[in-house]
Amino acid sequence: MPIDIDIEHVARLARLELTPEELDGYKTQLGVILEHAARVQGLETGAAGESAHPLQLTNRYREDETTPSLDRDDVLARAPEAENGYFVAPPALEIE
Amino acid sequence: MRRTVAEAGAGLRSGEVTAAGLLEEVLAQASTTEAQLHAYLTIDREGALQAAAQADAELRSGNDLGPLHGIPVALKDNMVTRGVETTAASQILAGYVPPYDATVVSRLRSAGAVIVGKTNLDEFAMGSSTENSAYGTSYNPWDTTRVPGGSSGGSAAAVAAGSALAALGSDTGGSIRQPASLCGVVGMKPTYGTVSRYGLIAFASSLDQIGPLTKTVEDSALVLSVIWGHDPLEATSYPGELDDPGSRVGAGVEGLRVGVVEELSGDGYEPEVETAVGEMVERLSESGAEIVEVSLPSFEYALSAYYLIAPAEASANLARFDGIRYGLRVAGDTAEEMMAATRGQGFGPEPTRRILLGTYALSAGYYDAFYGQAQRVRSAIQEDFADAYRRVDVLVSPTSPTVAFPAGARTDDPLAMYLSDICTIPSNLSGHPAISVPIGLDTQGLPIGFQVMAPALGEVTMYQVAAEVERLAGFEQSPVLEKMAS
Repeated sequence: MPIDIDIEHVARLARLELTPEELDGYKTQLGVILEHAARVQGLETGAAGESAHPLQLTNRYREDETTPSLDRDDVLARAPEAENGYFVAPPALEIE
Repeated sequence: MRRTVAEAGAGLRSGEVTAAGLLEEVLAQASTTEAQLHAYLTIDREGALQAAAQADAELRSGNDLGPLHGIPVALKDNMVTRGVETTAASQILAGYVPPYDATVVSRLRSAGAVIVGKTNLDEFAMGSSTENSAYGTSYNPWDTTRVPGGSSGGSAAAVAAGSALAALGSDTGGSIRQPASLCGVVGMKPTYGTVSRYGLIAFASSLDQIGPLTKTVEDSALVLSVIWGHDPLEATSYPGELDDPGSRVGAGVEGLRVGVVEELSGDGYEPEVETAVGEMVERLSESGAEIVEVSLPSFEYALSAYYLIAPAEASANLARFDGIRYGLRVAGDTAEEMMAATRGQGFGPEPTRRILLGTYALSAGYYDAFYGQAQRVRSAIQEDFADAYRRVDVLVSPTSPTVAFPAGARTDDPLAMYLSDICTIPSNLSGHPAISVPIGLDTQGLPIGFQVMAPALGEVTMYQVAAEVERLAGFEQSPVLEKMAS
């Protein structure tokens, strides 16, 4: 059974501006892929937990030591727009 | 057979060749093959010439930096290199020149390696053919109408064609091993956590792992010995001691138990691939290995789980491309409009598809049915592996169900493309090491790869078996590009 996706909503969540034709194409492809992916629901996983790292590592704190970091101007030089030591971006909030 | 890393290293130390001479050979080879292969996105001629001159000077002064000293190495273009453009084959990073080196790059430089350039890949390492590169497809040196595999297709093609002696790739679902198989070279994914991901442009962080592509198993272990080890800059880095991975190369397989994975055969596998793999298993038996049929039933769900977990992690990782700190910016009146326009224009179709897929799989109401269940499948796969490794030392299978396919054959069908990785994905989900070794050519003259998988930190045994596979196969051909020119 194909999975029905609200593709416009998903694209908005992902901050992707796409044309209506592109959205249509992705909606169809995602339906096919998700139908295959939904097979994961066929495995009886019982009490199995969720896992990510194959080695049993425990969290450790590093020493709180100062080490050299990237040079600020060197980093800002890669930005599309920078000024006075800051990244410059369009406003995130609307101002009335 | 072209020069191996080990042979070149011996030649450097006997004075038969210099690092500058090795680099010259590799650059000359690239200048004749690149028009057909497009293995490289960037060749850093100047940087490489300087590094080679320095490597020669160090060797002359008696400062021997080890097995990669003076060796020309290529890097997949998703590893950041200070001062050398790094794009991950995406328009969104066009022109990006990183301010720092990835840990693997620093390690290569400190070991005296000569970095030739940056190789082509599927955009953000998402794909199995390099056809998703925003800068054009790479081609297979054995047949330039076919793909080299992917996503580390440029690295595999460069090593196969001799335009690098060794290369690094990254493997999230098979992206080192599958192109190695399709190009007739050795490709290896180490245990998760043993090679630092610091400076690897992230695709799916719980699966990504950097590893070597080389002509031989011995070379593979040499490169791994240089790049692996604990890195305080990487949170998942394994802090323990690591053995010399090649210490049992040449020891044979007498008394080892080799498991043949039942689930990695049958429908969708080319008969010539299955025959070649079956014959190799018989020869391992003749060499003294005990062959055991093994079933890992959860493998049936591996591909489905992978195509939920990897896109979910990708959708989070690729959120950093927001048009603010680096890369492309497309103008917009608000931050959100700017980001959406930048991302809509900057990402190609495959990253877009996966970001959408991952965003959906993580979104409210679907999380448990998709992502949560996929993570539980992952645990089931790890349990199946653990059961199998109580009975055998390594597991074997084909690396890819098929040989190299024609360019364009799978581009319109994402699911068919995803099936290219059916044999390699389980080791990413488990985090275990695995290697592809070329074992021969099919009747069309295309390479067939044999996969050896081992438990976590089982690299020594994995290489031991891989070296025997290599010896038994006696695969020493190199592609002859001139004959392929159309």
